[in-house]
Amino acid sequence: MDHITFLVAVVIVTALAFDFTNGFHDTANAMATSIATGALKPKVAVLISGVLNVVGAFLSTEVAKTISGGIVDDTLVTPGMIFAGLIGAILWNLLTWLVGLPSSSSHALFGGLIGAVWVGAGSDGVHFDKVVEKILIPAVASPVVAGLAALFATYLAYKLTARARKQSVTKGFRLGQIASASLVSLAHGTNDAQKTMGVITLTLISAGALGHDAGPPVWVIASAGLAIGLGTYIGGWRIIRTMGKGLTEIESPQGFAAETASTTVILTSAHLGFALSTTQVASGSILGAGLGRRLAEVRWGVAGKMVVAWLITLPAAALVGGVSAAAVKHGGNFGTVVVALIGAAVAAGIVMLSRRNPVHANNVNDHHEVAIRTEPPATVGTAA
Amino acid sequence: MDLDWSALGQVTAVSLGVTVAVVVVFALGVLGLARYEGAREEGGADGGTSTLGMAQAGLCFLACAAVVAYGIYLIVPQFH
Repeated sequence: MDHITFLVAVVIVTALAFDFTNGFHDTANAMATSIATGALKPKVAVLISGVLNVVGAFLSTEVAKTISGGIVDDTLVTPGMIFAGLIGAILWNLLTWLVGLPSSSSHALFGGLIGAVWVGAGSDGVHFDKVVEKILIPAVASPVVAGLAALFATYLAYKLTARARKQSVTKGFRLGQIASASLVSLAHGTNDAQKTMGVITLTLISAGALGHDAGPPVWVIASAGLAIGLGTYIGGWRIIRTMGKGLTEIESPQGFAAETASTTVILTSAHLGFALSTTQVASGSILGAGLGRRLAEVRWGVAGKMVVAWLITLPAAALVGGVSAAAVKHGGNFGTVVVALIGAAVAAGIVMLSRRNPVHANNVNDHHEVAIRTEPPATVGTAA
Repeated sequence: MDLDWSALGQVTAVSLGVTVAVVVVFALGVLGLARYEGAREEGGADGGTSTLGMAQAGLCFLACAAVVAYGIYLIVPQFH
């Protein structure tokens, strides 16, 4: 293990931390609608989702060949840039979690990397045409497709079962939701845990600890799987509330239609080689399901805020990634430590802030808004 | 930059088709289930409705289970 330098060790720890935030940010994608309709108890839902994410991590043997899929020039990427990019992604994930907005963890990671590479290696290192092709187009298209599919499916589901016994209908669709939500979780595990494995494996390769073309060692697979599974189990309840209750009031037929739409869009795009954000697909589906049921209220204000969050995810993470990369580039190991400490302090601050108005398994369905109390506190540390 | 519009179109068409088909078939299954439970609750006077509903529900749910199985097949690379 001579090859594992200080920087490489820091990158691995940071990558696992990102993986954890990825898991808890994305629990909502699979489980928010099942929790909102009562198909699954909140604690049970996150347990199933967590376990399936770990299973998914072990199933996906084919680790991403490149960190970014060609968005940045991978030959120019150093462990320092990866570290800076990850810091950007983690902080953005935590901030959006605090305000309860579902934003794409993949976009945060790409954004962080783009910023770090831009500062570290110049703007030539970033392939902007690929950014449009691989991020922008799917980001616009996938939620629309998922939304349309969920809209038609919801409309037909209500039309078909309009005269049937309400009790049986609710029960039947709730059972179906368990299956469809589980599929989303499994697909998530195979996709997202793989991203972190790819980052760690490529860092090890670039440091010479692994040969070229080496697959991820078992400890990498296990730790990445556990990090994402644990994150999922802890559950980003603030985001679950927004997706399950905030966008629209979801009933079980809508939940089933939304989850089915998400699953099909994710699977067909993966099959055809489209990278997309699970978060955006799931949000699109829920909106579509909301529109498909007549008279269902869709809170466009919440939807609007979400879209704004999607738009600024990449640039915001890129900004933090770029600043961090500058510190690492000019400060060496010292700069890295400073960035890591500042990152940890900001993360702790965000967690403290969230304590003032916590959302957890027991109150997730009580309300549709995620608030951070606004009265200015004397000291940030006095979270009770 | 070459955008693969046909792949995008395929994703759209397949996603729309599969989602609507699965949800419609599942809804028909739920309808069967409702008929079965409704008939049973009324005291089983109408045995025909009850059995028919049960059969409809069974068939539809089986079809959905097959789609789920295919989904798992697509997700797990070891099956390919």
